[in-house]
Amino acid sequence: MNKVWIIIRREYLTRVRNKTFLLSTFLFPLIMILFVFGSAYLGAKSIQQYKIAVKDETNLYKNNFKTGNAAFFGYPDQVTTSNYKEKGYEGLLIIYSADQQKADSVRLYSDKELGLATDEAIKNQMQKINEERLLMEKGVSRAILDSIHAKSANEDLLNYRSYKISGSELKEDNKALAYGIGFGSGIIIYITLFVYGASVMRGVMEEKTNRIAEVMVSSVKPFQLMLGKIIGIAAVGLTQLLLWIILITVLSSVIPVLLSPDVLQQAQQANQSMPNMAQNNTMALKVLEVKGIMATANWPLIIGCFLFYFLGGYLFYAALFAAVGSVVNEDPQEAQSLMLPITMPIILGFIMMTSSIQNPSGPLAFWGSIIPFTSPIVMMSRIPSGVPDSVPYWQLGLSMLLLIAGFLFTTWLSGKIYRTGILMYGKKASWKEMIKWVFRKS
Amino acid sequence: MSTILEIQHLKKYFASQKAVDDISFKLEKGSIFGLLGPNGAGKTTLIRMITGIFYPDEGSIMLNGKAFNPVNDVIDIGYMPEERGLYKKMKVGEQAMYLAQLKGLSKAEAFERVKYWFEKFEMSSWWNKKVEDLSKGMGQKLQFVTTVLHEPKLVILDEPFSGLDPVNSNLIKDEIYNLAKKGTSIIFSTHRMEQVEEICDHIVLVNKGNKILDGGVNEVKQQFKENIFNLELDTDGASLNHPSFHVEKQNGKELIVKINERHNSNDVLLHFINQNKKIVAFHEILPSLNDIFIHLVEGTPTARQFETVNA
Repeated sequence: MNKVWIIIRREYLTRVRNKTFLLSTFLFPLIMILFVFGSAYLGAKSIQQYKIAVKDETNLYKNNFKTGNAAFFGYPDQVTTSNYKEKGYEGLLIIYSADQQKADSVRLYSDKELGLATDEAIKNQMQKINEERLLMEKGVSRAILDSIHAKSANEDLLNYRSYKISGSELKEDNKALAYGIGFGSGIIIYITLFVYGASVMRGVMEEKTNRIAEVMVSSVKPFQLMLGKIIGIAAVGLTQLLLWIILITVLSSVIPVLLSPDVLQQAQQANQSMPNMAQNNTMALKVLEVKGIMATANWPLIIGCFLFYFLGGYLFYAALFAAVGSVVNEDPQEAQSLMLPITMPIILGFIMMTSSIQNPSGPLAFWGSIIPFTSPIVMMSRIPSGVPDSVPYWQLGLSMLLLIAGFLFTTWLSGKIYRTGILMYGKKASWKEMIKWVFRKS
Repeated sequence: MSTILEIQHLKKYFASQKAVDDISFKLEKGSIFGLLGPNGAGKTTLIRMITGIFYPDEGSIMLNGKAFNPVNDVIDIGYMPEERGLYKKMKVGEQAMYLAQLKGLSKAEAFERVKYWFEKFEMSSWWNKKVEDLSKGMGQKLQFVTTVLHEPKLVILDEPFSGLDPVNSNLIKDEIYNLAKKGTSIIFSTHRMEQVEEICDHIVLVNKGNKILDGGVNEVKQQFKENIFNLELDTDGASLNHPSFHVEKQNGKELIVKINERHNSNDVLLHFINQNKKIVAFHEILPSLNDIFIHLVEGTPTARQFETVNA
């Protein structure tokens, strides 16, 4: 055991002292934050206001369009598709008929792409105008309509909270927060599985191509060497994760102060004008919103589970990556083709996560979070939505047990392949040979 | 002298080859032992079993009179494999310390020993250099140091001189003698017969997984001698016709003669004495290990063929 410890220490120290470690540790959170806020900023800035000429043959819409940040509306006389540009407009909206059954009811003409935001803005406006017109036809006066608008715009009117009933207790639940935490931790586990798994693989390949493997295994057992490397890199991963958490917390509390409220407001408006197109903006706004309601999440459980699934998933795959590293030679192409069967389930896990996060109690989410190949990613997307409400204790327990059993199995399996592979030079092992190594007596 | 290593009926079969097929030998304490054989003869497999990397299928290995236990006995063995290398990004000193600690030395002990050997080999200034900055010969020296610095009782060197210039070769050679003098046993595996002849006192020749020769260097040479003598006369013109010998090669006054069966060297000498020719020199030419090696291995295919193993 003492020897494994010596190996762990070397693997850890050589990596942590490396410049790339420092660089990636400090750059990653910076890039993340810049990406989220930067894209919100750009998203808000990139919406261009187009001048739209309106030719209303029904006379129902005229002068009722409200100019927003995506479109400016004007009502020039005698405007046609051939002269709208001379009158200083970039697009022409012709409303032929308010009857939706009839063809050619509303058409937008332009010689350039006006963007989805403009489309959305026009449609929203027309919907509102229609609604108001229909209400007024039923005898609602303009004054009443305006006062209704003023009231409903006031957010205090709607004091919306959703609660989860667990036994006799009522718990406030926040779906957006659960979504954010689930998605975030799922992605982090997904990325780290690749990054640290590949790191293990490269480490093993280095030992093999540097021809130090045989020197090493004359002092320690191959299994100890593999284990030392895997655990050493796990420690590197935990260190990096810890630093990231600290950095992101610090940065995300600093950046909003630097960003002017003006920009954020613009981002908010942009969201309203095109709700489907603004995920990044939403994310940035959510980060801000979430800061206020962070307290509603069960942090000790989430962090505990995150660490468990991070480590469990890493151990499960790292051993397999080590086995791949041990059977390839200098050629990175060989590594690529052997890595495919390992990377596929990780990618599958990510795909399953994106759908299980929408429906954390569905069958896909259940199976994905029980099977150890995908459970580290999928389970982490479910846990924030509530234990034991969305994820019963027995499911969490079963998933954890299977993951432990899974990594013990992959470590055993990889140990067998590694032991033989690390001393083989010159040729790539075939799958058949590897299976033979696994079942061979020692 | 006591036995340090005793190998009995060692076997290791792989799927397509009997890599080692029933090999036994003994190694005396403080001796330098040559393990010879053509490529693919099973030397590396044999060594890997002695170092605990492979488990033998059959047979036993006794180290110091006790059954060999890879986990506890690695401290007694120093192995420098043919395929050797170091961590390129590591500092020279740290690398040596790391390997020493993996052998079971404490940090303080390891530091002590590394310092001693670095001073001895004039490597102290390398401590903070990275391994990748070393030349091949320097790396080789470092490799040798890491092999012996935990003072193993048995040192196994596989082609230790490859890539070394004559100066550094001699340095390592002297160190091998020194270690042997102090009681360390050395197994020396190589194809370079002149080195074996120079260094080893005992050799084992393996071919196709079998031991085909075992003995002291002189003993082996005696065994394979072909009764060839070098004879030098003070004048030429002597009669060379005699049933006791025939001339293999003549160079003026110098003759290489092969003594025929049922005759001995005195018959030859008498022939020349009777002619009143003065004999300036007369000595036996023993076959070189190289000749013996080629003689024994010749006739077997140069590359080992794959065979089916039923085991």
